[in-house]
Amino acid sequence: MLDDPRPAAENLGPGRLLANIMYFARALRAAGLPIGPGKVLVAIEAIRAAGLESRQDFYWTLHAVFVNRFDQRELFDQAFHIFWRNPELLERMMSLMMPDLRVDAPKGEEMNRRLAEALKAGEGEGKERERETEIEIDARMSFSDRELLQKMDFEKMSLAEMAQAKTAIKHLRLPIHDVPTRRFRPDPRGARADMRASLRAQLRSGGILTLRRRSRRRRPPPLVVLCDISGSMSRYSRVFLHFMHAVTNDRDRVHTFLFGTRLTNVTRFLRGTDVDAALDAVAEAAEDWSGGTRIGRCLAEFNRYWSRRILGQGAVVMLISDGLDRDAGADIGREMERLHKSCRRLIWLNPLLRYEGFAPKSLGVRAILPHVDEFRPVHSLDSLTELVSALSKPGPRRYDAAAAWREAS
Amino acid sequence: MPTLPASVSETLDLLGHGNYVADRSLATAIYLSLALKRPLFLEGEAGVGKTEIAKVLSETLGRRLIRLQCYEGLDVASAVYEWNYPAQMIEIRLAETARESRATVEDTIFSDRFLIKRPLLQALEPELGGAAVLLIDELDRTDEPFEAYLLELLSDFQITIPELGTIKAEQPPLVVITSNRTREIHDALKRRCFYFWVDYPNAERELEILRIKAPGAAESLSREVVGFVQKLRAIKDLFKLPGVAETIDWAHALTQLDLLALSPEAINDTLGVLLKYQDDIAKIQGSEAERLLRQVKQELAAAS
Repeated sequence: MLDDPRPAAENLGPGRLLANIMYFARALRAAGLPIGPGKVLVAIEAIRAAGLESRQDFYWTLHAVFVNRFDQRELFDQAFHIFWRNPELLERMMSLMMPDLRVDAPKGEEMNRRLAEALKAGEGEGKERERETEIEIDARMSFSDRELLQKMDFEKMSLAEMAQAKTAIKHLRLPIHDVPTRRFRPDPRGARADMRASLRAQLRSGGILTLRRRSRRRRPPPLVVLCDISGSMSRYSRVFLHFMHAVTNDRDRVHTFLFGTRLTNVTRFLRGTDVDAALDAVAEAAEDWSGGTRIGRCLAEFNRYWSRRILGQGAVVMLISDGLDRDAGADIGREMERLHKSCRRLIWLNPLLRYEGFAPKSLGVRAILPHVDEFRPVHSLDSLTELVSALSKPGPRRYDAAAAWREAS
Repeated sequence: MPTLPASVSETLDLLGHGNYVADRSLATAIYLSLALKRPLFLEGEAGVGKTEIAKVLSETLGRRLIRLQCYEGLDVASAVYEWNYPAQMIEIRLAETARESRATVEDTIFSDRFLIKRPLLQALEPELGGAAVLLIDELDRTDEPFEAYLLELLSDFQITIPELGTIKAEQPPLVVITSNRTREIHDALKRRCFYFWVDYPNAERELEILRIKAPGAAESLSREVVGFVQKLRAIKDLFKLPGVAETIDWAHALTQLDLLALSPEAINDTLGVLLKYQDDIAKIQGSEAERLLRQVKQELAAAS
């Protein structure tokens, strides 16, 4: 790099700044950003290229390297301002002086909890450096514990009963009717000629053109599960979580959400882990176990922040809820309509449907019913098995399936 | 031939020459991608000017623009290359009558002459004016298999065609990838890129954009249009917020109607240009539009 024409970058050297970029990257990684050693190298390279003329450029250079998702911007922003707080830092660094690394909570705003923990975890590392830098952390008062944490009581069910259900659910497969894609696969009885394969085969065999055929590849559509975990559903929540865990790991493109008073995306916790570990993680993540239900508000949140991202490729939506709503059905109709219009098929699973005389009387139920394609009970293993067989068929036309219930309401 | 910018400020000037009003933050990301020859990954809502960036770069740098529009099921045959089968068949028939040897036929029909080059292959070819600008538009519309394929291409800038061998770019193209974030792109791909989230511009910048893109609109009208659109974006429960493209369209539409200032009636008549969902239009039309307009006019009066 000796022939680099940019003098500012030249002064970087392997000194303080590089070390600090590494510490910064480490703090970000601890806060949950996917940053490996490769990224640190790119960051250093990028800073060499962009120079250190202004703090703003420095910010956006690191931003371009370390951030690669929309939702990481906030975290990066806070981390940057806390880590590189001292405005004279850069000039001093350029004259190879010691950096002054300070960490304190920004006033008036709450520090991101993960970030606070990550910076706290980095406390020990400061001592390794040649000169001790003072780190002050006082983030205790800034955590947003506004909501009362209600951990779910997972031990309510009888063990024998649970074990039985668990094994059954573990083997449950959800064969949602495949849909044709725009990709092709070789198929001797396919409807289309595969010219590429035919010509290649001809060359091998020499002279005789045997027509190879292909047909459309089929693949199950994405599945989105929205599960109600409010008080009225608490008796079923655990079983449903097992169910969702089985479904999530059965195939790709499954997204799972829990909602009570607010919406929690638990896809990541359910995927690829042991079922008990997964459920513990979920219990930790969702903070509104066995509380009230705000179906309308949660659906609105889903529609606004998630629907366009995960309902893109013709997704099937499964809504698991009893339809009992604290806000007495406010907004549910509108949000259900939006949800219904954004997906391929909307299936409502309702445990209350097991009662013989179930009539769609409550306001929430009546608001949801006009917008579902299918309405099924889900309270026992039998009903789950029935659900499985129903989903493997193409299914009736939209609106037909729940017509009987609509008339009754 | 214009050379690549040598600093962030020069990049900013370059974009300015191309009539693109950009933040310094965007210029930083673009500069890094040009200087370090890594792809630029632009994410943002629809209509904030992501695609435009690639177009402006190709224009101001005098490079060829190669565009790959993504869609679900995009495959190698339409993204990379395809053999011209009808021509190959004719060639085989001709060779048969001329009694040519099998090896000769094979060499002829799998040569450059019968190769149909699609965008990704085109982007690897040497260009007179320097490496091309490769725009991979709306990557979120494709599926994961294509993303994985792209990963390979973007790391080595080479493509292997079994019948021809490996084609490697002498100069890697300037790659711009855009996504509307209808789904999350895999981290492995994003890791190879410089990321930038293209946000809605603030009022001042949006007005600047309108001056350039809709020069026919009266200044007073532009101010009100920008004020109104900014107010709309502040409303949290709209399903689809209007982008910059919509602002420009709206200014054009209002100019066509010979308006010099916004009125509640004009807004109601032309709201379809700005909002694309019936729910949103129903929410804003009428009294809400009137209220917002009154606020905008008050604020503009206070500012002047």
